[in-house]
Parts: sequence; structure tokens; C-alpha cells
Amino acid sequence: MDISVVSLIASLIVAATPILLAATGELIVEKSGVLNLGVEGMMIMGAICGFIAAVNSGSPFVGFCIAAISGAILSLLFAILTQYLLANQVASGLALTLFGLGLAALLGHSYSGIKPPSSPKFEWFGMSDISIIGPIIFNHDLMVYFSVFLVLIVWIFLKFTRAGLILRAVGENHDAAHALGYKVIRIRVLAIMFGGACAGLGGAYLSLIRVPQWTEGMTAGAGWIALAIVVFASWKPWRLILGAYLFGGVTILQLNLQANGFAIPVSYLSMAPYLVTIVVLVIMSADRTRASVNAPASLGKIFHASS
Amino acid sequence: MMRLEPRTDPSNIMIGLTPILAVLATMIFGGLLFVFLGKNPFDAIRMIFWDPLLGEHAFYYRGQILVKAAPLIMIALGLSFGFRAGIWNIGAEGQFIMGAVIGGATGLALYPMDSFIVFPLMILMGSIGGLLWGLIPAYLKIKFNANEILVSLMLVYVAFNFLVGMVTGPLRNPDGFNFPESRSFQDFPSAHNPELWSGTGIHWGVLVTLGIVIMAYIAITRHIFGFNVRLAGQAPRAAKFAGVNPNKMIAICLGLSGALAGMAGLFELTGPAGKLTTTFPVGYGFTAIIVAFLGRLHPIGILFAGLLLAVTYVGGDIIQSQLSLPKASIQVFQGMLLFFLLAVDVLVNFKIRIGKRITK
Repeated sequence: MDISVVSLIASLIVAATPILLAATGELIVEKSGVLNLGVEGMMIMGAICGFIAAVNSGSPFVGFCIAAISGAILSLLFAILTQYLLANQVASGLALTLFGLGLAALLGHSYSGIKPPSSPKFEWFGMSDISIIGPIIFNHDLMVYFSVFLVLIVWIFLKFTRAGLILRAVGENHDAAHALGYKVIRIRVLAIMFGGACAGLGGAYLSLIRVPQWTEGMTAGAGWIALAIVVFASWKPWRLILGAYLFGGVTILQLNLQANGFAIPVSYLSMAPYLVTIVVLVIMSADRTRASVNAPASLGKIFHASS
Repeated sequence: MMRLEPRTDPSNIMIGLTPILAVLATMIFGGLLFVFLGKNPFDAIRMIFWDPLLGEHAFYYRGQILVKAAPLIMIALGLSFGFRAGIWNIGAEGQFIMGAVIGGATGLALYPMDSFIVFPLMILMGSIGGLLWGLIPAYLKIKFNANEILVSLMLVYVAFNFLVGMVTGPLRNPDGFNFPESRSFQDFPSAHNPELWSGTGIHWGVLVTLGIVIMAYIAITRHIFGFNVRLAGQAPRAAKFAGVNPNKMIAICLGLSGALAGMAGLFELTGPAGKLTTTFPVGYGFTAIIVAFLGRLHPIGILFAGLLLAVTYVGGDIIQSQLSLPKASIQVFQGMLLFFLLAVDVLVNFKIRIGKRITK
């Protein structure tokens, strides 16, 4: 068996990035007290819209922008349903996923088998030549660094800004936040749209860089895994990176074992990322008091000002 | 200004009316979608909703409607109990697959035994397969507080990979030139689930589904279990005081929906699908979620919702072949239906008031 640790770590970062992007967005959504189960649907819409835009414009950058916009627009549907029409968040999230998967398949009908324009590696002024650290850290495309940067921004936002404090207040107790005069609905709609944009970026990363091509249903549960990683991270931004990279590691390891003709059949190895997600979820949820302290108190509850 | 005013009691008229409103809204916006795709919307809507029932070739399609409605209704009935109690099993697709694999494997192990016992045994094993697969998220929820939504969904992917492993390994047809598929159940009479009356589409699964609709109706309206389920969903604390054990509720709801999904999978495998292949799962487990909501989580409602969604499936096949539209367009249609249903649902518990708020 020939598995190089350096290339393994470098590729696990790439495998983790789409999930890290989507999970960062969902973290903000859940911190505002909304559970959006439509991540999978928004991701796949981002994947196909970003792909179409990148292929037609020849620019991956345009692709990512369009992907973020399309994710945000789709999430707006969820926002209208849950915030203005007071629909059940679980059901609405599922609807978003089913709708997104269908719409993406429809849009992508004539786009399978095409190669997207390639995204250049970010230029670190020769630092990619440093042994070991170079290929692992300094030899990626811009989106990998952006995803980590986004986690940093979200952390600063939640921990050190007034707006972040208000967002958390809305998520912990929407009635109290409303009584203080904060616009609960407006804040939540903005949070949901941020989540949609991030999920869209994550999806586009899959179709433009990670795979890179369009196939129907290509997210294969990545959106759901992003949701699980938010739980794993106990709603703390930095732990998202740990969770996403752990997941990326499992994915890459099983792919490498497959490629090296390991004795276990491919289909059983392919189960690994999903099984690991379940195990991680179980470990993180088992301590009930800690889980309930970390989760936003108003998560998934419907807010209506009259009551 | 428009605003929402809570009703003191949910409106019974709206409970019945909102699914119809949702279907109408879906037709209108679905029509716009077809315009966008460059097709005549009236033709498309007619092909989806009219042709399968009353069109020129409807005699063929009507049977197909029952074939597709049966698994949708059976799965949705199981899900409806959990959804009422606030227990979200969204991994019915996985339980459907496991039922088919476990039940199918039982049958294949007995090949070519000629006995009336084979088929009932397969149904039993299929249900047990689905039951056990459904109990995994239940156990993890009860014991470790793990979110059943995410666990049951993850298990769909595990089940699918298990299916692939089985049809490329132990369950591959030994006389089948190495194709990744099992022996055909059509060539195994004592395990076959045939069309009982030619042209009707009715197989054993359809009859069992009807029986389960009646049983579910009795359970939810007449039996203490149905009462407890509704209580647990609407007032969890009151349910606790009434002696409803929430853990038991989780196990029963997830196990029951798993067993029914597994049974649906077995009937589908031995009848319409015919053999285990990697393309065996077609998403009934996910569409059944739409069926359950559209049917208002009520057995009779689910019966009609299942038939309607089956019509759109058959209609989807028609537009696919006649208007050369991709298969996914019908999926968009079904997703839209759930969206509109959730949107108009607000009318059940709220009144729309136009004008300024009257200060008390």
C-alpha cells in the first residue's frame, strides 16, 4: 500500500472545504435560532448554478458569486415559509432539500460531462516549495483559505461585535429580544440568507474544484453532514474546522484504500464517512447537559410577535 | 398592511381546503416552469394530472398509479405517527432498501424451494429488516440523545452502499454473467408478488396497503395509542403526566415506520421491480414525506395524497416521453407541492387581517 501522508493531508483539506463552508453558514443560522435542514438542497443548487455560470463565463470567480446568490435566493424561500408564514422548520427544510435536488437536476440536464474552467492555486510567493508544510498549507486554491478566513470572521462576529451579540440574543430567547426592540424576523431572514450563500459556495466548490464536473445528486449527503458537524462543533466556530477536517480525513482515507485495492469491497468503504458522522453525533450528544447548554435555546421554535 | 391574527381554534374548513389550494398553486407555478422550459403549460399539466386518469391510454396508466401509490401510502402511514408525535424519521428510503435486501435475501436463500411459506416469510423478514434499521436511530436517540433526523438520513446512504455491496457480492445472480443484480423473483414463483388481476396493477402490496390504511385509521381515531401519539405531539408535558413514556414513543414510532417502509420495499422488490439492482431505490421514501404532509398525517388523507403523488409520477413519465422533458422536472413539481402546502398551512391557525392593528 502506498499512501503518502503529505498528499493525504493536502487532499483532505480539499475534501473538507465544501462541508466547512456550508457548516459555517448553518452555524450562523442556528445561532439565530433557526434550524434549516435545507442545506443539502441549497448546496446542490449552488453546485449547478455555479457550474453553469463558470462554464458560460469561463471564470470560476463568477461561478462562485452566482452560486452564493442562488443559495441565498433559495434560502429566501425557506425564510418566507418559516418566518412570515410560520411553517414548521423541519418540514420546510425538507421541502427545500427535495425541491433543490429536483431543480438542480433539471437545470443541470444538459451540463453533465463538461469540464469547468480550472481554478488557479493561490500564489504564496514560492512558499509552496517548502518541504511538507508547502504542499499541505501553501498549495491550494483561494477558496480553501477563504473557508478558514470565513470561520475567523464568524468567530469575531459572534464573540466581539454588537451585531453578533444581538444575533445570539435572538437565538437564545426571541421573546426577550423582541421586547428589547430587536427585529427578530429581519435578523433571522438575514442569517438564513447568509447560510444559503455559504451553502451555495460549498456546493460550487464541489462542482468546480473538488470533483470537478456536474453529476446529478453529486452532493451525496454533504449538506446533511454539514448539519451534523454544527452539532459536533457544539455551535463553536473553531471546532467546525476540526469536524470538517476529520470528516475530510475519513473520506480521503477510504478513497485511498479503495484505490489501493484494500481487501474490503468498495461499497463498504463508501459507508465510512456516514458511519463516522453518526458516531461523532452520538459522542457529542451523549452528554445531555452539555449539549443543551451549548445549543441555542430558541432553536427551531416559531416566533410570532402577537403571542 | 396585511398581518396574521391567531385563531382561537384551528379552522376545520382550512384543514380540508389547504391541500387543494396547494395543488392549484402548484399547477399554476408548475405551468410557469414549463413555459420557462419552452413547453405548452396546458399540455404539460394535462399530461400530468389528466392523462394518467382519464386520457386515451389511461387503461394502462391506472394500473401504474396503484403500483406507485401503494409503497408511497404504506411508507407515509408509518411516518405519519412519528410526525404527529414530533419524531422525525426521514430515513424511510434506507428502511425501504433494507427491507428489500433482508427480505429478498431470505427468499434467495430458499431458492428454488416450492412452498407457500416462502413469500409470507419474506414479508416478515422484510418488515423486520426495516424495523431494525428504524430502531437504530431510535436507540441512539434514547440512549445518547443523538438527533434522529440526521442519523436516519445518514443511514440511507449506508443502506444504499450495503445494497450495492450485496448485489455485487453475496446476492449476485450466480447465472447472471456477473451483472450487479440479483436473481429475478419472476423466475421464482413461490417468492413472486404478481399482478393479481391482469391490467389492474393490483398486487399483494396494494391489498395490504388498503388493510393498513384501515388499521391506521382505527389506531389514530379510536385507539389509546393514537391518542397518546397526538398528545405527545401537541403537549409533550401533558403526555408525560398522562403516563406516556417518551422513550417508548420514540422506539414505537421509528420502529413502526421502519417496519412499514421495509414491508413496502419487499413488495416493491418481489413485484414491480422484480430484482435487486443498484437502481432499485427510486426515492419513494422521500416522496412519502410529501405524501404524509399533504394527507395531513391522517390515514384517509394519506390515501388520497398517495394516489395524487402516484398520478404525478405516472404523469411525469408521460411528459418525459412525449415532451422530452427530464425526469427531474416532476421532482421539482413534487417539491413545489410541499412548499405551497406549508405556505398555505398558515391559514389553518391564523386569519389574515387587512388594515391597521386595533389596539386593545
